[in-house]
Amino acid sequence: MSSAETASSARRTGRSGALIDGVPRPGRVENVIKAVVLTAICAVVILPFIGIISTSLAPADQVTRAGGFVLLPEGIDLTAYRSILTGGVVTRALLISSVVTAVGTALSLTLTAMLGWALSRRGSIGNRPLLLLVLVSLLFNPGIIPSYLVVQQLGLLDTLWAIIIPTSVSAFNVIVVRAFFVGLPQEVMDSARIDGAGEWKLFVHMGLPLARPVLAVVGLFYGVGYWNAFFNALLYISDSALWPLQLVLRTYVVDGTQLGAQDLGPEVSLPPQTTIQMAILVISIIPILIVYPFLQRHFAKGMLTGAVKG
Amino acid sequence: MTTTAGRQATTRSRKLRPDGARTPARRPGQSWWARLRRDHPVLLLALPGMAVIVVFQYLALGGNVIAFQDYQPYLGIDRSLWVGFENFSILFNGDPRFLQALGNTLYITLLQTVFVFPAPIVLALLLNSLVSNKIKQTVQSVLYLPHFLSWVIVVAVFQQVLGGAGMINNFLRANGWDTISIIGNPDAFYALITSQVIWKDTGWATILFLAVLSQIDRSLYEASAMDGASRWRQIWHITLPGMRSIIVLLLILKLGDSLSVGFEQLILQQQAVGRDVSEVLDTYVYNNGVIGGAWGISAAVGLVKGVVGLVLVLVANKVAHALGEEGVYRA
Repeated sequence: MSSAETASSARRTGRSGALIDGVPRPGRVENVIKAVVLTAICAVVILPFIGIISTSLAPADQVTRAGGFVLLPEGIDLTAYRSILTGGVVTRALLISSVVTAVGTALSLTLTAMLGWALSRRGSIGNRPLLLLVLVSLLFNPGIIPSYLVVQQLGLLDTLWAIIIPTSVSAFNVIVVRAFFVGLPQEVMDSARIDGAGEWKLFVHMGLPLARPVLAVVGLFYGVGYWNAFFNALLYISDSALWPLQLVLRTYVVDGTQLGAQDLGPEVSLPPQTTIQMAILVISIIPILIVYPFLQRHFAKGMLTGAVKG
Repeated sequence: MTTTAGRQATTRSRKLRPDGARTPARRPGQSWWARLRRDHPVLLLALPGMAVIVVFQYLALGGNVIAFQDYQPYLGIDRSLWVGFENFSILFNGDPRFLQALGNTLYITLLQTVFVFPAPIVLALLLNSLVSNKIKQTVQSVLYLPHFLSWVIVVAVFQQVLGGAGMINNFLRANGWDTISIIGNPDAFYALITSQVIWKDTGWATILFLAVLSQIDRSLYEASAMDGASRWRQIWHITLPGMRSIIVLLLILKLGDSLSVGFEQLILQQQAVGRDVSEVLDTYVYNNGVIGGAWGISAAVGLVKGVVGLVLVLVANKVAHALGEEGVYRA
């Protein structure tokens, strides 16, 4: 990676001034057009967020005066956040989503690391058939109703496990982790084995510490998945007391059901509905924004694309 | 895609260790029982993860038998009556709602193939042509973000921006202009969902294309430049041919998925726009089966959908091989 970069920068500054990596230098008009197009694309992605964050923070009278939306708040007013975070439907959903995300990610990482390690032990008994089972499972989807029947049979309906267990092992992530373990230098493993280290010891004391970077990425993806889980929750959870954040978002923001005083915390003055809706949206986006830089650092390194392309 | 990846990983590691110094290979005369005794810790490590995959993928597949039953939840699979192909005949004799869902599904797939599929290719070419790495990375970090938001958030954001009381209409109204009706307007629905998919996933989808672009041999560009090729000719004669394999591969996968179009995205917007335009096969299965209680018929639809999808992938893979492409896997 780095050597390729130095090579290309050398080429950039070097012999052929008109060429960059063998491509003729773009003309001025082309550069201007590209700048405009890219700025426009980025604005389309960013501006809605700015509008949403600003509206959630703006004082109630400014929101009412502006007819529902503001791009620049005149001041910071946290009433909407206080009203949803001090108890009520949204607070409970936030707690549920946090628990599901934490428990689910821990479970997923454990199962995925163990299975990835086991599948990386080529030559052990049953290795090829098991690997084949994992790979083939990527090619099909059992369907909505069959999946529902399994969850029902296991007695998981209307429990939080229904959001966690069915999606706890992603075959794709297993393959990524396995590819990492297969790539480890085997001499070290073999010498540890000769020294009498058992399989479990090898996995815990050598495999896991070495795999920390790849497990970090896989864990982040699992975490984002659990936080965003909507399909499983919609399908398997009808008891609104167990709703995770995404279902609450659907009911009160997408479908626009009004949040009354009884659904909120003991905040006295009720802020405008739009402000509350924006605040719920912001709160559900924040965790994603927090982990995003970490995710990015990893896929910038090409770790995932490397795994995809082999 | 991943099967290819798995196989490549295997061959690569084999190359690294030609001596096969790994787990002792199967020695002649070593009994199955001895191997089991040697390897049982490995199997124990695999067990919980495999259990999840087997139960929720393979065992679940068995649940499709209710497509041949008059399934009643209180009777269960054991005691529900078997009805042969009756559930299927109801469908193929043309339940209008089913036909509508099928039509909508195919139409949305067509829209996505024409408008959504090429978008990341164009964007990747644009990003790839940027000279400054810094600008490139900044743009990438902005455009990858929406991929990590849930469909609930994306749909909510679109509503807040384009809805009747949304930001844009708010702005139009404040200036005394006519407002536009997009959310909840059946005529605008397909344009809306297509732009939602583009907004959410185009940036993220460039990753694969950018990875492929970065592996095209630079000397091809240099040689062609020496021969006087312009930037456009280079794109046409070097860059696009270099991307052909990955484009074919993704088209095959897309084809296999052509009967499943964004369940979450559509179910979220059904209430606003009505089922006439927004019902697709997956929402039909959900609305009719899980909500409406027509379990057998819905399972039949799901089964047909799954089988057709699988056949499409197998056929497309064959065609790709016939055309000399790598495809998704090689049997």
